[in-house]
Amino acid sequence: MSRRPPVAPAPSGVNRRIILSFLASAAGAIGFAVTYGLGGHTQWEGVCLAVAFAGLAIGLAIWGRRLVPVGGYVEEHEGFTPPPDEKPLTAAALSAPDSPIRRRGLLAALGLALTALGVAALFPLRSLLPWDRARPVRARMETPWGPGVRLLTAGGQPLRPGDVPAGTVVGVFPEGGTDAGDAPAFAVRLQPERFTRPPSAGHLDGLVVYSLLCTHAGCPVRLYLKGTGRMLCPCHQSSFDLFADAEPVAGPAARRLPGLPVAVDADGYLRATGDFTAPPGAGFWNRP
Amino acid sequence: MIMDRLARALDDRLRLSPLTRRALAKVFPDHWSFMLGEIALYSFVALVLTGVYLTLFFDPSSADRVYQGSYAPLDGTTTSAAYASTVRLSWDVRAGLLIRQTHHWAALIFVAAILVHLVRIFFTGAFRKPRETNWLVGVTMLMLALANGFTGYSLPDDLLSGLGLRIIVSVVESIPLVGSWLVFLGLGGEFPSDEMIPRMFVSHVLLVPALLVALVSLHLAMIVRQKHAQFPGPGRTEHNVVGSRLYPSYALRSLALFAWVLAVLFALGGLVQINPIWLYGPSAPDQATSPAQPDWYVAWGDGALRLFPPWEIHVAGHLVPAPFFPGVVLGGVTFLALYAWPFLERWCTGDCRAHQLLDRPRDHPVRTGVGVMALTFFGVLVVAAGDDIIARLLRVPVYDVLYVLRVLVLVLPVLAGALAFLLARALRRGDAARLGELTRADLRAAGRRARVGEARAVDESELPARDRPGQRIELWPDGGVWRWRYRDEPAGVTLLHHRAVLTEREAADSARLAYPGVDHVAVPGPPPPPPPGRVRTALRRWGNVALGVTLLVAALRQRRNRHPGDDGDGTGSR
Ligand code: HEM
Ligand code: FES
Repeated sequence: MSRRPPVAPAPSGVNRRIILSFLASAAGAIGFAVTYGLGGHTQWEGVCLAVAFAGLAIGLAIWGRRLVPVGGYVEEHEGFTPPPDEKPLTAAALSAPDSPIRRRGLLAALGLALTALGVAALFPLRSLLPWDRARPVRARMETPWGPGVRLLTAGGQPLRPGDVPAGTVVGVFPEGGTDAGDAPAFAVRLQPERFTRPPSAGHLDGLVVYSLLCTHAGCPVRLYLKGTGRMLCPCHQSSFDLFADAEPVAGPAARRLPGLPVAVDADGYLRATGDFTAPPGAGFWNRP
Repeated sequence: MIMDRLARALDDRLRLSPLTRRALAKVFPDHWSFMLGEIALYSFVALVLTGVYLTLFFDPSSADRVYQGSYAPLDGTTTSAAYASTVRLSWDVRAGLLIRQTHHWAALIFVAAILVHLVRIFFTGAFRKPRETNWLVGVTMLMLALANGFTGYSLPDDLLSGLGLRIIVSVVESIPLVGSWLVFLGLGGEFPSDEMIPRMFVSHVLLVPALLVALVSLHLAMIVRQKHAQFPGPGRTEHNVVGSRLYPSYALRSLALFAWVLAVLFALGGLVQINPIWLYGPSAPDQATSPAQPDWYVAWGDGALRLFPPWEIHVAGHLVPAPFFPGVVLGGVTFLALYAWPFLERWCTGDCRAHQLLDRPRDHPVRTGVGVMALTFFGVLVVAAGDDIIARLLRVPVYDVLYVLRVLVLVLPVLAGALAFLLARALRRGDAARLGELTRADLRAAGRRARVGEARAVDESELPARDRPGQRIELWPDGGVWRWRYRDEPAGVTLLHHRAVLTEREAADSARLAYPGVDHVAVPGPPPPPPPGRVRTALRRWGNVALGVTLLVAALRQRRNRHPGDDGDGTGSR
């Protein structure tokens, strides 16, 4: 074995710069540990780690650029066409007399077994559907609203018509289904004489209730532009004209917000008299 | 010493040294654009490391949980366990917020790096044969990265991500026939279901990362096998790779890049707040925030949803809602086009050869034009995702911005693509080295029809470098091994073969592979004592490739004595 050649001499200053960088890195690491130990501080921890890794990076980069040669090497490419005599050899190895590839009948049977297994393995995927065997289309068509369901406020209080002052929007939920994703609605009081199209679900002296879910992609239509009677969706800026039965007037939504028919019960509370006039939210294939 | 002994012990058992020697000497081209893939790789490593830490504190459940901790506005409120545990991680776990924010920044940079990497692969034609396979793997990784970004974003169950999830669910639901079934299959019920967070969690921390690890390994293995493509240049041919060796040069620089990526990520994670979910509040089906912008890499989809007009199709009593087109169709077409591009291009150009030399964007004006067109299209979509913010900044109605963008998204890409096509053609036909040097005459020439025989110009560098004056190969013995180098004196280039080989024959063979047609072969320096018969073997070997005569003349003329320190040029054997 040959003796090791001596280490190549470094250009002056390079060694020192590398060592300084690594020292800075170590200081950053210690700083991180100390910050953590003293109770933690997101910004300082981030800065310390950044210093630690930047020191490492700078030191390694100088090392890689100044102390070892950059570029200047060439490697040959064997190409990708296999040598001509390899191909027949491989083919021969694959098609030897005892090669499984040549037993067509057995292969067909094997294929059948594997296909059956593959298909059978898909069956447990059905368990990903809801355990109660709910039907998606029916679930999409129905909401917790129905005849006699009381309207609750976000605080869980039943709502009277007087609780909806002119010019404000009140979020409402069905009693017994406040958590359902497709149930949120809003009540608003408008001047009936400004209706350009009568609300399809009717109104109580200008009080109308509509689904809160945008018919574009289902975001809650939260922004009420008071004077204009428009509801604006914050997601893609569809706007709905409440005076025209919540018709979409701008933006990407194409359908009206479904209305909720309501009436006042004997105790003076608002109750739905049916479900929404159409399935709420985004469109889907089976939507009538 | 210990390392030495350990290395020898392993070598004795696994016979590693032949492999290691080749691996350490692997040559990487020195061009900055080759670091883009590495940035993606290193952000992925950072994602895995920080992500594992997060899983130790995150509770993937939508069950109710009372948050108790130092973020006063939420102290004592009941939210989902996912949301409560994320707030706790951010406010009450030491270094938790740092790691969480670093994870989020790493995700943004990961996707950005993949995308820029893809753009470089595209414009340089690195996807051509034999690298189409790696392009397919790459596009798949891009899809997985986007999907994983989205599930990760949705895990904390906050208001903003809840909106995003609702929109995606609506897009899936818009698929004809099977939409509602797919949603049920994915969520285990109607949105928002109790199953969705645990399922997204499994996919985010296990399924997709495992797939990504497998695909990244495959990607890198294929790069090692196929070697890097390189830009044309002196000494670079279709049959070699020119650059730095893995060890020590490239390894040091690549580790430095890794450390840089971590430094930037931790600086961002520590100093720049991202996704402050405690300000957004927990997800609720009746709540929304405004403005609502998603992470940048899904913004193209969001922008498309905003721009697409309210067109719906009714088919025999069924509905194809508007989000189907900007959501499902656009996404599907985008990724199909990405998958198909290498094959489409090959079909159009009829170019079935393998390529180891990269194109410059100007070499292929059509491809460059198409690429710029696509990038502009998606760029406008990303801008459109901020139409409400733009409207607020410019103090104009948001619908005016919308109409302008609807026009721009159709017009700008065509204009930009045509401009890129013309500029590329002008650069290729004229002799300007870069954009700034283009003259009006160049531009006018670019507008004219292609001249006959012009297509050939692209392939010029692929011809073997036969009889190029001043180019030669030099072989010499060095101790017990052989080395060779390539010299191009007019260009002032000397390239050393990346590894020592054991025989002269091996050296000559590899030189012939790397530089077919360079027939001036010389053996300078102290020659070995030529064993009898050696010359005849050499003669036969080189004669086979019709190079024998030149070789022999050159070799015999330049062989020298092998005495160490003896630099006389006596010919003949001892
Ligand atoms: C998970 C994300 C990815 C990682 C970690 C990754 C990593 C890398 C690395 C380290 C390289 C070698 C250096 C370089 O050429 O930049 C590379 C090369 C390559 N990548 Fe990727 N990449 C990713 C995604 C992609 C995507 C999305 C595509 C294309 C659709 C792609 C296509 C390619 C091709 C064709 C090469 C060979 C380039 C050549 O030899 O010149 N990769 N990748
Ligand atoms: S969800 Fe309302 S506009 Fe898209």
